[in-house]
Amino acid sequence: MTADQIIFLLCAMLILGSALMVVITRKLIHAALWLVATLFGVAILYAILQAGFLAVVQVVVYIGAIAVLFIFAVMLTRREMLDKGVQTRSTWWLPAILGVLILTGLVFIIIGQPAFGRSAGEIPASVDTLRNLGAALVSPDAYVLPFEVASILLLAALVGAVYVASGNKK
Amino acid sequence: MSIPLSWYLILAAALFSIGLFGVLSRKNAIAILLGVELMLNAVNINLVAFWRYTDPAKMTGQVFAIIVFAVAAAEVAVGLALIISVYRRRNTVIADEIDLMKW
Repeated sequence: MTADQIIFLLCAMLILGSALMVVITRKLIHAALWLVATLFGVAILYAILQAGFLAVVQVVVYIGAIAVLFIFAVMLTRREMLDKGVQTRSTWWLPAILGVLILTGLVFIIIGQPAFGRSAGEIPASVDTLRNLGAALVSPDAYVLPFEVASILLLAALVGAVYVASGNKK
Repeated sequence: MSIPLSWYLILAAALFSIGLFGVLSRKNAIAILLGVELMLNAVNINLVAFWRYTDPAKMTGQVFAIIVFAVAAAEVAVGLALIISVYRRRNTVIADEIDLMKW
């Protein structure tokens, strides 16, 4: 077992352990904080995959914006739910069985594909992935259309969020 | 890079299953959104892993991961705004009690 694999396994334990805490912990504010740990583990994973830009975006956008938004929402609505008994449905075992079934099914499919057992080659030194990413996002024969659609979606979502959350002022 | 591709895929599958369990088993609407975030992250791990293990010179996987980031941000903004609005009117964030449109 090489150093790469040990780092990956530690990172996977961080991700899966904190993800489990997100779904089972009772206090919602703790769930939001465990989500931050999960997102940080995923950022480490991006760094291992040599997607440095995505690792930074993960920390800035997910942890810096989305997780903080969650914590704000929990604080604005918590009076009702503060440790008032169990936080899960009485039939929580049904989704648990479903999750285990889906996981075993996916693992069997993944293990059954011999193409997935290989390791990655080195990225050639002539390939600058960050430059390629920037060019792909704005080049008309690559992904400029999805990029612009995403920006319009964000604008519409933020305007809508402000309108919905501000309430009706008559 | 001596990690097989299947390790990433299995990790993403496990993260997705945990997120699915959270979405289906939680009562609180905010906790349901937390589960959706876990599932979106699992998808992103898959996209970036396939980018790295096929052709790193083509950026398709990373571009789609960035678009998933944007969609996740939009989803959280609108979702939390709706939850806060519902909380203001009906004083609850429990998904079962928000049944105004239930026939």
